[in-house]
Amino acid sequence: MSHLPSHLRYTKSHEWAEVQPDQIVRVGITDFAQQELGDLVYIELPKVGRTLSAGEQCAVVESVKTASDLFSPIAGEVVAVNEQLVDEPERVNNSPYQAWLFSIRTDDLSGLDRLMDADAYLLMIDQ
Amino acid sequence: MLRKTPLYQLHLELCGKITEFAGYLLPVHYLPGIIHEHLHCRRHAGFFDISHMGQLLIVGDEAFNAFEPLTPSDISGLSIGQQKYTVLTNDQGGVIDDIILTRTANGLNIIVNAACKTKDLEYLQSQLSDRCEVVELSNQALFALQGPAAAHVMGRLAFSADLAFMTACNTELAGISCTISRSGYTGEDGFEISVSNKDAEALARRLLAEPDVMAIGLGARDSLRLEAGLCLYGHELNETITPVEAGLAWLIKTRHPHFPGADRIISQLQDGPETLRVGLSIHGKQLVRDGSIIYNDTHHAVGHVTSGSFSPSLGKPIAMAQLDVKYSAIGTDLYTKVRERPVAVSVTRLPFIPLRYHR
Repeated sequence: MSHLPSHLRYTKSHEWAEVQPDQIVRVGITDFAQQELGDLVYIELPKVGRTLSAGEQCAVVESVKTASDLFSPIAGEVVAVNEQLVDEPERVNNSPYQAWLFSIRTDDLSGLDRLMDADAYLLMIDQ
Repeated sequence: MLRKTPLYQLHLELCGKITEFAGYLLPVHYLPGIIHEHLHCRRHAGFFDISHMGQLLIVGDEAFNAFEPLTPSDISGLSIGQQKYTVLTNDQGGVIDDIILTRTANGLNIIVNAACKTKDLEYLQSQLSDRCEVVELSNQALFALQGPAAAHVMGRLAFSADLAFMTACNTELAGISCTISRSGYTGEDGFEISVSNKDAEALARRLLAEPDVMAIGLGARDSLRLEAGLCLYGHELNETITPVEAGLAWLIKTRHPHFPGADRIISQLQDGPETLRVGLSIHGKQLVRDGSIIYNDTHHAVGHVTSGSFSPSLGKPIAMAQLDVKYSAIGTDLYTKVRERPVAVSVTRLPFIPLRYHR
Protein backbone atom coordinates (compact mmCIF):
# COMPACT_ATOMS: atom_id res chain seq x y z
CA MET A 1 0.00 0.00 0.00
CA SER A 2 1.41 3.30 -1.06
CA HIS A 3 -0.21 5.58 1.48
CA LEU A 4 -1.92 4.51 4.70
CA PRO A 5 -2.66 7.51 6.98
CA SER A 6 -1.39 6.84 10.50
CA HIS A 7 -3.96 9.00 12.31
CA LEU A 8 -6.90 6.82 11.21
CA ARG A 9 -8.34 3.64 12.73
CA TYR A 10 -9.25 0.72 10.47
CA THR A 11 -11.87 -2.06 10.50
CA LYS A 12 -11.64 -5.63 9.25
CA SER A 13 -14.33 -4.71 6.70
CA HIS A 14 -12.04 -1.99 5.25
CA GLU A 15 -13.66 1.17 6.62
CA TRP A 16 -11.49 3.92 8.09
CA ALA A 17 -12.54 6.12 11.03
CA GLU A 18 -11.20 9.59 11.78
CA VAL A 19 -11.78 11.39 15.07
CA GLN A 20 -13.08 14.95 14.67
CA PRO A 21 -13.87 17.57 17.36
CA ASP A 22 -17.06 17.18 19.47
CA GLN A 23 -17.05 13.35 19.67
CA ILE A 24 -17.63 13.09 15.92
CA VAL A 25 -16.14 10.26 13.85
CA ARG A 26 -15.85 10.45 10.07
CA VAL A 27 -16.05 7.21 8.11
CA GLY A 28 -14.78 6.25 4.67
CA ILE A 29 -13.39 3.22 2.85
CA THR A 30 -9.71 2.42 2.47
CA ASP A 31 -7.57 2.66 -0.63
CA PHE A 32 -7.32 -1.15 -0.59
CA ALA A 33 -11.13 -1.41 -0.56
CA GLN A 34 -11.63 0.97 -3.48
CA GLN A 35 -8.95 -0.85 -5.48
CA GLU A 36 -10.63 -4.19 -4.82
CA LEU A 37 -14.04 -2.84 -5.83
CA GLY A 38 -12.92 -0.93 -8.93
CA ASP A 39 -14.78 2.03 -10.40
CA LEU A 40 -17.57 3.05 -8.02
CA VAL A 41 -20.82 4.08 -9.70
CA TYR A 42 -23.39 4.18 -6.86
CA ILE A 43 -23.24 4.93 -3.15
CA GLU A 44 -26.14 4.51 -0.74
CA LEU A 45 -25.62 6.57 2.42
CA PRO A 46 -27.39 6.21 5.78
CA LYS A 47 -30.10 8.68 6.77
CA VAL A 48 -29.02 11.56 8.99
CA GLY A 49 -30.42 10.99 12.48
CA ARG A 50 -30.21 7.18 12.29
CA THR A 51 -28.79 5.52 15.39
CA LEU A 52 -26.20 2.85 14.67
CA SER A 53 -24.57 0.22 16.80
CA ALA A 54 -20.95 -0.74 16.22
CA GLY A 55 -20.68 -3.15 13.29
CA GLU A 56 -24.19 -2.38 12.00
CA GLN A 57 -24.67 -2.45 8.20
CA CYS A 58 -25.42 1.14 7.23
CA ALA A 59 -24.28 1.95 3.67
CA VAL A 60 -23.62 0.31 0.30
CA VAL A 61 -20.95 1.04 -2.29
CA GLU A 62 -21.41 -0.37 -5.77
CA SER A 63 -18.86 -0.69 -8.54
CA VAL A 64 -19.51 -1.71 -12.12
CA LYS A 65 -18.97 -5.34 -11.11
CA THR A 66 -20.22 -5.69 -7.54
CA ALA A 67 -22.01 -4.24 -4.50
CA SER A 68 -20.46 -4.16 -1.04
CA ASP A 69 -22.01 -3.41 2.36
CA LEU A 70 -20.39 -0.95 4.75
CA PHE A 71 -20.55 -1.28 8.51
CA SER A 72 -20.42 1.39 11.18
CA PRO A 73 -17.07 1.30 13.00
CA ILE A 74 -18.62 2.76 16.17
CA ALA A 75 -21.97 3.20 17.95
CA GLY A 76 -23.66 6.59 17.65
CA GLU A 77 -25.94 8.79 15.61
CA VAL A 78 -25.41 9.73 11.96
CA VAL A 79 -25.02 13.53 11.95
CA ALA A 80 -23.87 14.16 8.37
CA VAL A 81 -23.47 12.38 5.03
CA ASN A 82 -21.27 13.41 2.11
CA GLU A 83 -23.99 14.19 -0.46
CA GLN A 84 -21.36 15.10 -3.07
CA LEU A 85 -20.61 11.38 -3.47
CA VAL A 86 -24.14 10.64 -4.68
CA ASP A 87 -23.35 12.42 -7.96
CA GLU A 88 -19.61 11.81 -7.94
CA PRO A 89 -18.92 8.38 -6.45
CA GLU A 90 -15.61 8.30 -8.35
CA ARG A 91 -14.23 10.68 -5.71
CA VAL A 92 -13.87 7.64 -3.46
CA ASN A 93 -11.65 5.98 -6.08
CA ASN A 94 -9.64 9.14 -6.66
CA SER A 95 -9.02 10.11 -3.01
CA PRO A 96 -10.35 7.47 -0.62
CA TYR A 97 -9.03 9.16 2.54
CA GLN A 98 -10.54 12.56 1.67
CA ALA A 99 -13.88 11.28 0.40
CA TRP A 100 -15.61 10.53 3.72
CA LEU A 101 -19.05 8.91 3.46
CA PHE A 102 -20.77 9.76 6.76
CA SER A 103 -20.11 11.18 10.22
CA ILE A 104 -21.27 9.71 13.53
CA ARG A 105 -21.55 11.46 16.91
CA THR A 106 -20.66 8.95 19.56
CA ASP A 107 -20.98 8.93 23.33
CA ASP A 108 -17.90 6.83 23.74
CA LEU A 109 -14.82 7.28 21.58
CA SER A 110 -13.14 4.39 23.35
CA GLY A 111 -15.09 2.14 20.96
CA LEU A 112 -12.39 2.99 18.43
CA ASP A 113 -9.76 1.30 20.59
CA ARG A 114 -10.83 -2.13 19.37
CA LEU A 115 -10.13 -1.11 15.74
CA MET A 116 -6.77 -1.54 14.03
CA ASP A 117 -4.08 1.07 13.66
CA ALA A 118 -2.37 1.56 10.29
CA ASP A 119 0.34 -1.04 10.99
CA ALA A 120 -2.14 -3.72 12.01
CA TYR A 121 -4.38 -3.01 9.00
CA LEU A 122 -1.40 -3.13 6.66
CA LEU A 123 -0.45 -6.51 8.13
CA MET A 124 -4.01 -7.78 7.58
CA ILE A 125 -4.28 -6.76 3.92
CA ASP A 126 -0.78 -8.05 3.15
CA GLN A 127 -1.86 -11.55 4.16
CA MET B 1 -6.18 -26.41 -12.34
CA LEU B 2 -6.74 -22.95 -13.76
CA ARG B 3 -5.44 -22.34 -17.25
CA LYS B 4 -3.43 -19.39 -18.52
CA THR B 5 -3.52 -17.86 -21.96
CA PRO B 6 -0.25 -17.15 -23.83
CA LEU B 7 -0.59 -13.52 -22.68
CA TYR B 8 -0.72 -14.27 -18.95
CA GLN B 9 2.70 -12.73 -18.24
CA LEU B 10 1.77 -9.69 -20.30
CA HIS B 11 -1.46 -9.26 -18.30
CA LEU B 12 0.61 -9.27 -15.10
CA GLU B 13 3.10 -6.82 -16.60
CA LEU B 14 0.17 -4.51 -17.46
CA CYS B 15 -1.00 -4.77 -13.80
CA GLY B 16 -4.17 -6.62 -14.83
CA LYS B 17 -6.38 -7.51 -11.88
CA ILE B 18 -6.57 -11.25 -12.44
CA THR B 19 -9.77 -13.19 -11.91
CA GLU B 20 -10.94 -16.72 -12.69
CA PHE B 21 -13.29 -16.95 -15.65
CA ALA B 22 -14.46 -20.22 -17.21
CA GLY B 23 -11.41 -22.00 -15.86
CA TYR B 24 -8.92 -19.37 -17.05
CA LEU B 25 -6.92 -16.71 -15.22
CA LEU B 26 -7.78 -13.48 -17.01
CA PRO B 27 -7.73 -9.74 -16.25
CA VAL B 28 -11.05 -8.22 -15.17
CA HIS B 29 -9.47 -4.81 -15.69
CA TYR B 30 -6.08 -3.11 -15.92
CA LEU B 31 -4.87 0.10 -14.21
CA PRO B 32 -7.29 2.50 -16.00
CA GLY B 33 -10.33 0.56 -14.69
CA ILE B 34 -13.50 -0.69 -16.35
CA ILE B 35 -15.05 2.71 -17.12
CA HIS B 36 -11.93 4.22 -18.72
CA GLU B 37 -11.23 1.06 -20.68
CA HIS B 38 -14.83 0.94 -21.91
CA LEU B 39 -14.84 4.56 -23.04
CA HIS B 40 -11.42 4.23 -24.67
CA CYS B 41 -12.72 1.33 -26.78
CA ARG B 42 -15.79 3.37 -27.83
CA ARG B 43 -13.62 6.39 -28.77
CA HIS B 44 -10.35 4.84 -30.03
CA ALA B 45 -9.43 1.14 -30.00
CA GLY B 46 -9.35 -1.64 -27.43
CA PHE B 47 -7.27 -4.83 -27.41
CA PHE B 48 -8.83 -7.93 -25.83
CA ASP B 49 -7.23 -11.29 -25.08
CA ILE B 50 -10.06 -13.73 -25.75
CA SER B 51 -7.84 -16.81 -26.04
CA HIS B 52 -10.06 -18.59 -23.50
CA MET B 53 -12.74 -18.92 -26.17
CA GLY B 54 -12.84 -22.20 -28.02
CA GLN B 55 -11.69 -22.36 -31.64
CA LEU B 56 -13.01 -25.52 -33.25
CA LEU B 57 -12.37 -26.84 -36.72
CA ILE B 58 -14.79 -29.13 -38.53
CA VAL B 59 -13.03 -30.57 -41.56
CA GLY B 60 -13.76 -33.02 -44.34
CA ASP B 61 -15.55 -33.08 -47.68
CA GLU B 62 -18.90 -33.50 -45.95
CA ALA B 63 -18.21 -31.14 -43.04
CA PHE B 64 -20.40 -28.26 -44.10
CA ASN B 65 -23.38 -30.36 -45.11
CA ALA B 66 -23.06 -32.49 -42.00
CA PHE B 67 -23.02 -29.46 -39.71
CA GLU B 68 -25.85 -27.56 -41.39
CA PRO B 69 -28.76 -29.52 -39.75
CA LEU B 70 -27.41 -28.80 -36.22
CA THR B 71 -28.21 -25.10 -36.41
CA PRO B 72 -31.50 -23.27 -37.00
CA SER B 73 -29.77 -20.83 -39.39
CA ASP B 74 -29.67 -21.08 -43.16
CA ILE B 75 -25.95 -21.27 -43.81
CA SER B 76 -26.09 -22.97 -47.18
CA GLY B 77 -25.46 -19.72 -49.03
CA LEU B 78 -22.23 -18.87 -47.19
CA SER B 79 -19.20 -18.67 -49.41
CA ILE B 80 -15.66 -19.39 -48.23
CA GLY B 81 -14.60 -16.73 -45.74
CA GLN B 82 -18.12 -15.64 -44.87
CA GLN B 83 -19.22 -15.77 -41.25
CA LYS B 84 -22.51 -16.19 -39.45
CA TYR B 85 -23.60 -15.72 -35.85
CA THR B 86 -25.85 -18.62 -34.88
CA VAL B 87 -26.72 -21.07 -32.13
CA LEU B 88 -26.61 -24.82 -31.55
CA THR B 89 -30.00 -25.97 -30.31
CA ASN B 90 -31.05 -29.01 -28.28
CA ASP B 91 -34.13 -31.16 -28.95
CA GLN B 92 -36.28 -28.88 -26.76
CA GLY B 93 -35.22 -25.82 -28.74
CA GLY B 94 -32.96 -24.52 -25.97
CA VAL B 95 -29.54 -23.11 -26.78
CA ILE B 96 -26.50 -25.37 -26.29
CA ASP B 97 -24.21 -22.47 -27.22
CA ASP B 98 -24.07 -19.37 -29.37
CA ILE B 99 -21.27 -19.44 -31.91
CA ILE B 100 -19.61 -17.61 -34.79
CA LEU B 101 -19.01 -19.91 -37.72
CA THR B 102 -16.79 -19.26 -40.72
CA ARG B 103 -16.94 -21.31 -43.89
CA THR B 104 -13.45 -22.48 -44.85
CA ALA B 105 -12.05 -24.22 -47.93
CA ASN B 106 -12.41 -27.66 -46.34
CA GLY B 107 -15.22 -27.25 -43.82
CA LEU B 108 -15.85 -24.68 -41.14
CA ASN B 109 -14.30 -22.99 -38.17
CA ILE B 110 -16.41 -22.13 -35.15
CA ILE B 111 -15.74 -19.88 -32.16
CA VAL B 112 -17.52 -21.14 -29.04
CA ASN B 113 -17.87 -19.86 -25.49
CA ALA B 114 -15.08 -20.83 -23.10
CA ALA B 115 -17.49 -22.33 -20.57
CA CYS B 116 -19.14 -24.46 -23.29
CA LYS B 117 -15.97 -25.67 -25.01
CA THR B 118 -15.90 -29.22 -23.64
CA LYS B 119 -19.66 -29.68 -23.97
CA ASP B 120 -19.68 -28.39 -27.56
CA LEU B 121 -16.71 -30.50 -28.60
CA GLU B 122 -18.30 -33.68 -27.22
CA TYR B 123 -21.67 -32.82 -28.77
CA LEU B 124 -20.25 -32.04 -32.19
CA GLN B 125 -18.04 -35.14 -32.18
CA SER B 126 -21.03 -37.30 -31.24
CA GLN B 127 -23.09 -35.81 -34.06
CA LEU B 128 -20.46 -35.53 -36.77
CA SER B 129 -17.55 -37.91 -36.20
CA ASP B 130 -18.79 -40.52 -38.67
CA ARG B 131 -18.78 -37.92 -41.48
CA CYS B 132 -16.01 -35.48 -40.64
CA GLU B 133 -13.37 -34.54 -38.09
CA VAL B 134 -13.98 -32.12 -35.19
CA VAL B 135 -10.86 -30.77 -33.52
CA GLU B 136 -10.00 -27.97 -31.12
CA LEU B 137 -7.35 -25.50 -32.26
CA SER B 138 -5.67 -25.51 -28.86
CA ASN B 139 -2.43 -24.05 -30.17
CA GLN B 140 -4.09 -20.84 -31.32
CA ALA B 141 -4.59 -17.65 -29.30
CA LEU B 142 -7.48 -15.30 -30.08
CA PHE B 143 -7.49 -11.51 -29.81
CA ALA B 144 -10.04 -8.82 -30.56
CA LEU B 145 -9.24 -5.29 -31.67
CA GLN B 146 -12.36 -3.16 -31.43
CA GLY B 147 -13.28 0.47 -31.82
CA PRO B 148 -13.47 3.29 -34.37
CA ALA B 149 -9.65 3.39 -34.73
CA ALA B 150 -9.27 -0.39 -35.13
CA ALA B 151 -9.10 -0.31 -38.94
CA HIS B 152 -6.43 2.45 -38.90
CA VAL B 153 -4.35 0.46 -36.43
CA MET B 154 -4.60 -2.65 -38.61
CA GLY B 155 -3.52 -0.59 -41.61
CA ARG B 156 -0.42 0.59 -39.77
CA LEU B 157 0.46 -3.06 -39.15
CA ALA B 158 0.43 -3.71 -42.91
CA PHE B 159 -3.01 -5.30 -42.99
CA SER B 160 -4.29 -4.51 -46.45
CA ALA B 161 -7.38 -6.67 -46.98
CA ASP B 162 -10.64 -4.73 -47.20
CA LEU B 163 -12.71 -7.16 -45.14
CA ALA B 164 -16.46 -6.62 -45.01
CA PHE B 165 -18.36 -7.14 -41.74
CA MET B 166 -18.59 -10.86 -40.89
CA THR B 167 -15.96 -12.08 -43.33
CA ALA B 168 -12.57 -13.62 -42.62
CA CYS B 169 -9.29 -14.33 -44.39
CA ASN B 170 -5.90 -15.91 -43.81
CA THR B 171 -3.25 -13.22 -44.02
CA GLU B 172 -0.32 -11.59 -42.28
CA LEU B 173 -0.40 -8.88 -39.64
CA ALA B 174 2.90 -7.20 -38.81
CA GLY B 175 4.52 -10.05 -40.74
CA ILE B 176 2.86 -12.74 -38.59
CA SER B 177 0.50 -15.36 -40.06
CA CYS B 178 -3.05 -14.94 -38.75
CA THR B 179 -6.67 -15.61 -39.52
CA ILE B 180 -8.47 -12.30 -39.27
CA SER B 181 -12.21 -11.62 -39.29
CA ARG B 182 -14.18 -8.39 -39.23
CA SER B 183 -16.35 -9.12 -36.23
CA GLY B 184 -16.55 -8.57 -32.51
CA TYR B 185 -18.59 -8.30 -29.36
CA THR B 186 -18.69 -4.57 -28.64
CA GLY B 187 -21.00 -3.02 -31.26
CA GLU B 188 -17.99 -1.25 -32.78
CA ASP B 189 -16.13 -1.86 -36.01
CA GLY B 190 -13.33 -4.28 -35.29
CA PHE B 191 -11.45 -7.47 -35.86
CA GLU B 192 -10.85 -10.84 -34.27
CA ILE B 193 -7.39 -12.26 -34.81
CA SER B 194 -6.45 -15.92 -34.45
CA VAL B 195 -2.69 -16.39 -34.14
CA SER B 196 -0.45 -19.26 -33.08
CA ASN B 197 0.44 -19.38 -29.38
CA LYS B 198 4.13 -18.95 -30.20
CA ASP B 199 3.53 -15.65 -32.03
CA ALA B 200 0.78 -14.42 -29.71
CA GLU B 201 2.77 -12.29 -27.31
CA ALA B 202 4.84 -10.62 -30.03
CA LEU B 203 1.70 -9.68 -31.96
CA ALA B 204 -0.07 -8.48 -28.82
CA ARG B 205 2.88 -6.24 -27.92
CA ARG B 206 2.96 -4.87 -31.46
CA LEU B 207 -0.77 -3.98 -31.29
CA LEU B 208 -0.51 -2.50 -27.79
CA ALA B 209 2.42 -0.34 -28.90
CA GLU B 210 0.05 1.62 -31.15
CA PRO B 211 -0.94 4.86 -29.41
CA ASP B 212 -4.69 4.43 -30.01
CA VAL B 213 -4.78 0.98 -28.44
CA MET B 214 -5.55 0.23 -24.78
CA ALA B 215 -5.72 -3.23 -23.22
CA ILE B 216 -9.28 -4.01 -22.14
CA GLY B 217 -10.26 -6.51 -19.45
CA LEU B 218 -13.27 -8.79 -19.09
CA GLY B 219 -15.20 -6.17 -17.09
CA ALA B 220 -15.39 -3.70 -19.97
CA ARG B 221 -15.88 -6.55 -22.45
CA ASP B 222 -19.10 -7.28 -20.55
CA SER B 223 -20.28 -3.64 -20.29
CA LEU B 224 -19.52 -3.07 -23.99
CA ARG B 225 -21.55 -6.09 -25.11
CA LEU B 226 -24.40 -5.16 -22.74
CA GLU B 227 -24.64 -1.66 -24.27
CA ALA B 228 -24.61 -3.30 -27.71
CA GLY B 229 -27.55 -5.51 -26.65
CA LEU B 230 -25.60 -8.73 -27.31
CA CYS B 231 -26.36 -12.01 -25.55
CA LEU B 232 -23.98 -13.58 -23.03
CA TYR B 233 -24.29 -17.35 -22.73
CA GLY B 234 -25.36 -18.30 -19.20
CA HIS B 235 -27.26 -15.01 -18.87
CA GLU B 236 -29.43 -14.28 -21.90
CA LEU B 237 -29.00 -17.77 -23.34
CA ASN B 238 -29.07 -21.24 -21.82
CA GLU B 239 -30.37 -24.77 -22.48
CA THR B 240 -33.96 -23.77 -21.62
CA ILE B 241 -34.24 -20.48 -23.54
CA THR B 242 -35.07 -20.76 -27.24
CA PRO B 243 -33.53 -18.37 -29.77
CA VAL B 244 -37.01 -16.92 -30.38
CA GLU B 245 -37.40 -16.11 -26.68
CA ALA B 246 -33.91 -14.61 -26.69
CA GLY B 247 -34.90 -12.19 -29.45
CA LEU B 248 -32.82 -14.03 -32.07
CA ALA B 249 -35.72 -14.98 -34.36
CA TRP B 250 -33.84 -13.28 -37.20
CA LEU B 251 -31.25 -16.05 -37.35
CA ILE B 252 -33.77 -18.86 -37.89
CA LYS B 253 -34.32 -20.41 -41.30
CA THR B 254 -37.81 -21.35 -42.32
CA ARG B 255 -36.86 -22.94 -45.62
CA HIS B 256 -35.74 -26.34 -44.27
CA PRO B 257 -37.05 -26.59 -40.73
CA HIS B 258 -34.97 -29.66 -39.87
CA PHE B 259 -32.82 -28.90 -36.86
CA PRO B 260 -32.89 -29.90 -33.18
CA GLY B 261 -35.90 -28.37 -31.43
CA ALA B 262 -37.46 -27.20 -34.71
CA ASP B 263 -41.03 -28.07 -33.66
CA ARG B 264 -41.00 -25.75 -30.67
CA ILE B 265 -38.97 -23.01 -32.36
CA ILE B 266 -41.07 -22.90 -35.54
CA SER B 267 -44.32 -22.85 -33.54
CA GLN B 268 -42.93 -19.95 -31.48
CA LEU B 269 -42.07 -18.15 -34.71
CA GLN B 270 -45.67 -18.57 -35.87
CA ASP B 271 -47.57 -18.00 -32.62
CA GLY B 272 -45.09 -15.81 -30.77
CA PRO B 273 -43.10 -16.85 -27.66
CA GLU B 274 -44.39 -16.55 -24.09
CA THR B 275 -41.35 -14.60 -22.94
CA LEU B 276 -38.98 -12.26 -24.73
CA ARG B 277 -35.58 -10.69 -24.06
CA VAL B 278 -35.82 -6.91 -23.72
CA GLY B 279 -33.71 -3.92 -22.76
CA LEU B 280 -34.48 -2.10 -19.52
CA SER B 281 -33.91 1.54 -18.80
CA ILE B 282 -33.38 2.00 -15.04
CA HIS B 283 -34.82 5.11 -13.37
CA GLY B 284 -32.33 6.61 -10.95
CA LYS B 285 -28.78 5.58 -10.13
CA GLN B 286 -29.31 2.27 -8.35
CA LEU B 287 -27.71 -0.63 -10.24
CA VAL B 288 -29.93 -3.60 -10.98
CA ARG B 289 -28.14 -6.96 -11.11
CA ASP B 290 -28.93 -10.22 -12.87
CA GLY B 291 -31.48 -12.39 -11.09
CA SER B 292 -33.57 -9.43 -9.88
CA ILE B 293 -37.32 -10.09 -10.27
CA ILE B 294 -39.37 -7.69 -12.41
CA TYR B 295 -42.92 -6.82 -11.24
CA ASN B 296 -45.89 -5.21 -12.95
CA ASP B 297 -48.05 -2.46 -11.43
CA THR B 298 -50.21 -5.01 -9.63
CA HIS B 299 -47.05 -6.48 -8.00
CA HIS B 300 -47.00 -9.74 -9.95
CA ALA B 301 -43.65 -11.14 -11.10
CA VAL B 302 -43.43 -10.84 -14.90
CA GLY B 303 -39.78 -11.74 -15.51
CA HIS B 304 -36.20 -11.38 -14.32
CA VAL B 305 -33.03 -9.47 -15.10
CA THR B 306 -30.50 -11.50 -17.13
CA SER B 307 -27.66 -8.91 -17.14
CA GLY B 308 -27.47 -5.60 -15.33
CA SER B 309 -24.65 -3.14 -14.92
CA PHE B 310 -23.60 0.46 -15.36
CA SER B 311 -23.38 1.92 -18.87
CA PRO B 312 -20.25 4.08 -19.07
CA SER B 313 -21.44 5.54 -22.40
CA LEU B 314 -24.81 6.64 -21.02
CA GLY B 315 -23.60 7.32 -17.47
CA LYS B 316 -26.45 5.35 -15.94
CA PRO B 317 -27.50 1.81 -15.08
CA ILE B 318 -28.90 -0.45 -17.82
CA ALA B 319 -30.10 -4.04 -17.93
CA MET B 320 -31.52 -6.78 -20.11
CA ALA B 321 -34.40 -8.95 -18.89
CA GLN B 322 -36.46 -11.95 -19.91
CA LEU B 323 -40.10 -10.81 -19.62
CA ASP B 324 -43.59 -12.17 -20.09
CA VAL B 325 -44.25 -11.08 -23.68
CA LYS B 326 -47.38 -9.16 -22.57
CA TYR B 327 -45.06 -6.69 -20.81
CA SER B 328 -42.36 -6.53 -23.48
CA ALA B 329 -43.60 -3.52 -25.48
CA ILE B 330 -41.20 -0.57 -25.64
CA GLY B 331 -42.13 1.96 -22.98
CA THR B 332 -43.86 -0.46 -20.57
CA ASP B 333 -43.32 0.77 -17.00
CA LEU B 334 -42.42 -1.92 -14.46
CA TYR B 335 -40.37 -2.14 -11.30
CA THR B 336 -37.85 -4.33 -9.53
CA LYS B 337 -36.60 -4.44 -5.95
CA VAL B 338 -33.07 -3.82 -4.75
CA ARG B 339 -32.45 -4.40 -1.04
CA GLU B 340 -36.25 -4.48 -0.49
CA ARG B 341 -36.81 -1.08 -2.09
CA PRO B 342 -38.63 -0.56 -5.40
CA VAL B 343 -36.65 0.66 -8.41
CA ALA B 344 -38.67 1.84 -11.43
CA VAL B 345 -37.64 0.45 -14.83
CA SER B 346 -39.11 0.67 -18.31
CA VAL B 347 -38.74 -1.50 -21.38
CA THR B 348 -36.46 0.16 -23.91
CA ARG B 349 -35.13 -0.51 -27.38
CA LEU B 350 -31.99 -2.61 -27.88
CA PRO B 351 -29.18 -1.86 -28.46
CA PHE B 352 -28.57 0.92 -25.93
CA ILE B 353 -26.02 2.58 -28.24
CA PRO B 354 -25.86 2.84 -32.05
CA LEU B 355 -24.00 -0.07 -33.63
CA ARG B 356 -21.05 0.96 -35.79
CA TYR B 357 -20.22 -2.15 -37.78
CA HIS B 358 -18.33 -1.84 -41.07
CA ARG B 359 -21.04 -2.61 -43.60
